[in-house]
Amino acid sequence: MNGIIYVIFIVSAMTITPSVFEYYTPSTMVEAVNLLEKYGDEAKLLAGGQSLIPLMKMRFASISHVIDISRIEEMDYIKEDSNRLSIGALTTVDELGSSVTIKNRYMIIKEAADQIADPLVRNMGTVGGNISHGDPANDLPAVMLSLDATFMVQGKNGGKEIKAEDFFVDSLITALEPNEILYEIRVPKMVKRQGGAYIKHKKSAGDFSVAAVASNIIVDGDGKIIKVGVALTSVGPTPIKSTRAEGILAGKKLTEELAAEAARSITEESDPVSDFYGSIDYKKKVLRFIIKESLVAAYKRAKEAQ
Amino acid sequence: MGKIKVRVKINGKERSDEVEPRMLLAHYLRDVVGATGTHIGCDTSNCGACTVVMDGKAVKSCTVLVGQANGREIKTVEGLSQNGKLSKIQKAFLDKHGLQCGYCTSGMLMASYWLLKKNKKPTEEEIRRNLSGNLCRCTGYQNIVEAVKYASELIEKEGEEEEVVVESQ
Ligand SMILES: Cc1cc2nc3c(=O)[nH]c(=O)nc-3n(C[C@H](O)[C@H](O)[C@H](O)COP(=O)(O)OP(=O)(O)OC[C@H]3O[C@@H](n4cnc5c(N)ncnc54)[C@H](O)[C@@H]3O)c2cc1C
Ligand code: FES
Ligand code: FES
Repeated sequence: MNGIIYVIFIVSAMTITPSVFEYYTPSTMVEAVNLLEKYGDEAKLLAGGQSLIPLMKMRFASISHVIDISRIEEMDYIKEDSNRLSIGALTTVDELGSSVTIKNRYMIIKEAADQIADPLVRNMGTVGGNISHGDPANDLPAVMLSLDATFMVQGKNGGKEIKAEDFFVDSLITALEPNEILYEIRVPKMVKRQGGAYIKHKKSAGDFSVAAVASNIIVDGDGKIIKVGVALTSVGPTPIKSTRAEGILAGKKLTEELAAEAARSITEESDPVSDFYGSIDYKKKVLRFIIKESLVAAYKRAKEAQ
Repeated sequence: MGKIKVRVKINGKERSDEVEPRMLLAHYLRDVVGATGTHIGCDTSNCGACTVVMDGKAVKSCTVLVGQANGREIKTVEGLSQNGKLSKIQKAFLDKHGLQCGYCTSGMLMASYWLLKKNKKPTEEEIRRNLSGNLCRCTGYQNIVEAVKYASELIEKEGEEEEVVVESQ
């Protein structure tokens, strides 16, 4: 659910039962795609429901056909081969945070997963839902942007790949067509001397962030930065991938001063609004601080991963 | 618009009902099954009062459609005690004053039950993290954390199944 809508939702009087709908439980991806094709705009996929059900209860979303994909077993896995990490879209956020593969080699993903909502929501919410919802306050999108992930999508007329940086179009709007399903998230396999960190600043336990930052860094044997990806959560209509980070940091060793300079510059790429979580000014101050913190943490991890 | 048939096992007992798919698990448990131990605090996915354990995982039943529960095993607070004897987790909450008004308690108990199933000896940090989706407006949480620690000790000492008789007050 969009962080902003969410606040309106908590404080306003509301209906608590969704409007009437037909309910389907496909057991394969093909069946799900056929149902999407059949019902078009009137249908919506439901994975964990942790974003969609609250919207339906408020009647912000009124859907005639709910396609519950949570029983499609072929979409629930975490695999790593010599090229990439592949995450099935129906992997729950709890499974993601508990995975040994993720814990051993993809700390940035674990850090984000463990800070999403609370344990009860994480038991239901899925990786695919967290990304497909298109909420700029959701935590996994920025992580996937920083890691240059690719999203694997299936529609009636076949499959396609969408790069993370082309996926997030506007608040709650993604590059997915209404009849498409996201089935897998692909992350380039971690290489030697690569490190990442996700720093999330929030007001209270289990909440969305005031701002959060994902940093992913690869260094060479001398500690010089070869590649860097930085992405921001909750500070614009979409998660934001920095276009400046590479130019400022590539080819250099990270010092406190350089991290501070990069943080100042990357903060200018943000576009937060003033809301329940803070004023624009406050959010930018927080952001500048945590960009620096996440760069320093990612760099340290990259060097230690020699 | 059609109804759907759901089959669920609630606290060990199978049942099936015809319901509207828009019904939420919390409302199904309370209004159809009559298991009103599951409380609804906020009905907006925030407080955890409605926590039940579904196929071994604690979830917010106000944010689960009844269809999502179809074919699954549900454990509610009614399923903790056996033959009128409180379970160890319940006894621990009682002994350590882990509740005041009691509104959050069934959710706290179910989240704690889930935690102790997967982690027999949680640290204080782990207890606090695992209960972070459950809000309590009375206790200040300290006694709840104490109660979960105590429950873990009781289970370690006396085993999981053996239930302790508690004198009614
Ligand atoms: C109290 C609370 C706090 C939260 N806090 C956070 C937080 O701090 N950080 C955070 O990141 N999230 C937070 N969330 C959101 C939560 O993580 C959701 O679980 C997640 O955003 C959506 O996953 P889901 O599987 O539940 O998706 P659903 O609610 O089932 O679906 C969300 C949307 O994605 C679409 N969709 C789902 N799966 C697919 C797919 N495979 N292909 C195409 N479309 C799909 C659905 O049609 C729907 O439009 C919070 C939620 C709650 C209730
Ligand atoms: S009643 Fe379900 S979370 Fe509050
Ligand atoms: S005991 Fe009153 S809300 Fe927890």
